[in-house]
Amino acid sequence: MSPNAVPPAPEFALAVTGLGKQFTLHVQGGVVLPVLSGMNLEVAPGECVALNGPSGAGKSSLLRLVYGNYRAQKGSIRVRHRGQVVDVATATPQKILELRRHTLGYVSQFLRVIPRVPAIDVVAEPARAVGMSLAEAEHRAERLLSRLRIPERLWSLPPATFSGGEQQRINLARGFVVDFPVLLLDEPTAALDADNRRTVMALIAEAKGRGAALLGIFHDAEVREAVADRVIAMRPPAMAA
Amino acid sequence: MMAATPLLQVRGLTRRYGARIGCRDVSFDLWPGEVLGIVGESGSGKTTLLKCLSAQLEPDAGQVVYATRDEGPRDIFALSEPRRRLLMRTDWGIVHQHPVEGLRMGVSAGANVGERLMAVGARNYGRIRASALDWLGRVEIARDRIDDMPRTFSGGMLQRLQIARNLVSSPRLVFMDEPTGSLDVSVQARLLDLLHGLVADLGLSVVVVTHDLAVARLLAHRLMVMRAGSVVEEGLTDQVLDDPQHAYTQLLVASILHP
Repeated sequence: MSPNAVPPAPEFALAVTGLGKQFTLHVQGGVVLPVLSGMNLEVAPGECVALNGPSGAGKSSLLRLVYGNYRAQKGSIRVRHRGQVVDVATATPQKILELRRHTLGYVSQFLRVIPRVPAIDVVAEPARAVGMSLAEAEHRAERLLSRLRIPERLWSLPPATFSGGEQQRINLARGFVVDFPVLLLDEPTAALDADNRRTVMALIAEAKGRGAALLGIFHDAEVREAVADRVIAMRPPAMAA
Repeated sequence: MMAATPLLQVRGLTRRYGARIGCRDVSFDLWPGEVLGIVGESGSGKTTLLKCLSAQLEPDAGQVVYATRDEGPRDIFALSEPRRRLLMRTDWGIVHQHPVEGLRMGVSAGANVGERLMAVGARNYGRIRASALDWLGRVEIARDRIDDMPRTFSGGMLQRLQIARNLVSSPRLVFMDEPTGSLDVSVQARLLDLLHGLVADLGLSVVVVTHDLAVARLLAHRLMVMRAGSVVEEGLTDQVLDDPQHAYTQLLVASILHP
């Protein structure tokens, strides 16, 4: 290799370009709340990028935009999905659901569950949805629940009555039960004790090791420094005049 | 979920009641395995729309094109009456808000389920009864209730029986009108969980009308929001509910009480 050769840029797993988002609150007389403007970022396979900044900087909104939960007004959100590139900002609902099933994992801060479904099924569900056998999906779910220290007696109970920390760990197990190529993490360690925090750091390291691209918000500086390859600073947008 | 053609293609569907608008110029595609929620308040036209889609009411304008098993896409209102009736009995299910509208109250629970099978040609009594028993079990009705009359059932059991009666013939498309609307809150969760599981396991395509946004979030992949007969917003369910764009959707979402 000649000394001037530039190594090829790694192909992105996720690329956000010129992303703009604002909320128009019709119920409050049409007040416009700017959230993001001109946002750019790329995450490569095997890389973990942390979003950092004060509350109101749009960190969680950015994750929701990438997941297709919020609608983008400007720009593109390109995700590499089974050999193609899909722009979440313009994809059909059917395509976004396919993306979420196979490519995009999202660990949110809140667990939304169906009233009577046992924790083990809540965790195994994403694995079933990508076509894993019941036995394999349950095996993976059990392994994650054990690693995240959810006592076995809780596995058959619906998580609605679990503590905040237990619910967060159910959410984490759901996010890691499938080897998603792109994983979005919103404060994944906020309600966890030191042992479980270490488990989450290990899960993130393993995901990077298999080539996943991770984009996350880590309030805890120790976790952030341990898992993030890069930190992107965000600040609240200027209020519209 | 993606197949080459939609199961249902609806174009410009309009229905008036005299000068009053029931629903106006509604168009959408429904794909195999997809659950579409239609939300809105009373009088928004969602039930009129559902009745037109399911051939219970004839529209004044527009088309409902259904991908039939043997003849490909056909406008359901261009089919002969017997063909349309057969479709409704075999390929489709209709779950009414009030179970008494969808059940025969004068015959036993088992007969209510078995009747649909006989409509599609089943004649072997033993097999029909076995199938009815299986379906009662799947909707969590005790097997020893098979010979009981529906009037001895609770509201939640009646609704589950109506669901069994609809699903026993393996329909591809099910229409549901406020399926939890007539039930006590404590019974709703059980029915929702049951419906959610059955829809996913059977890969059903569903159009479900509800005024309850929590029901819509739980069951539907996609939502259409109706107001005064028109669709004002549509999209992925969680997008519509978490980032509503239209003033009316924002008002609906903002009006939910969180206990």
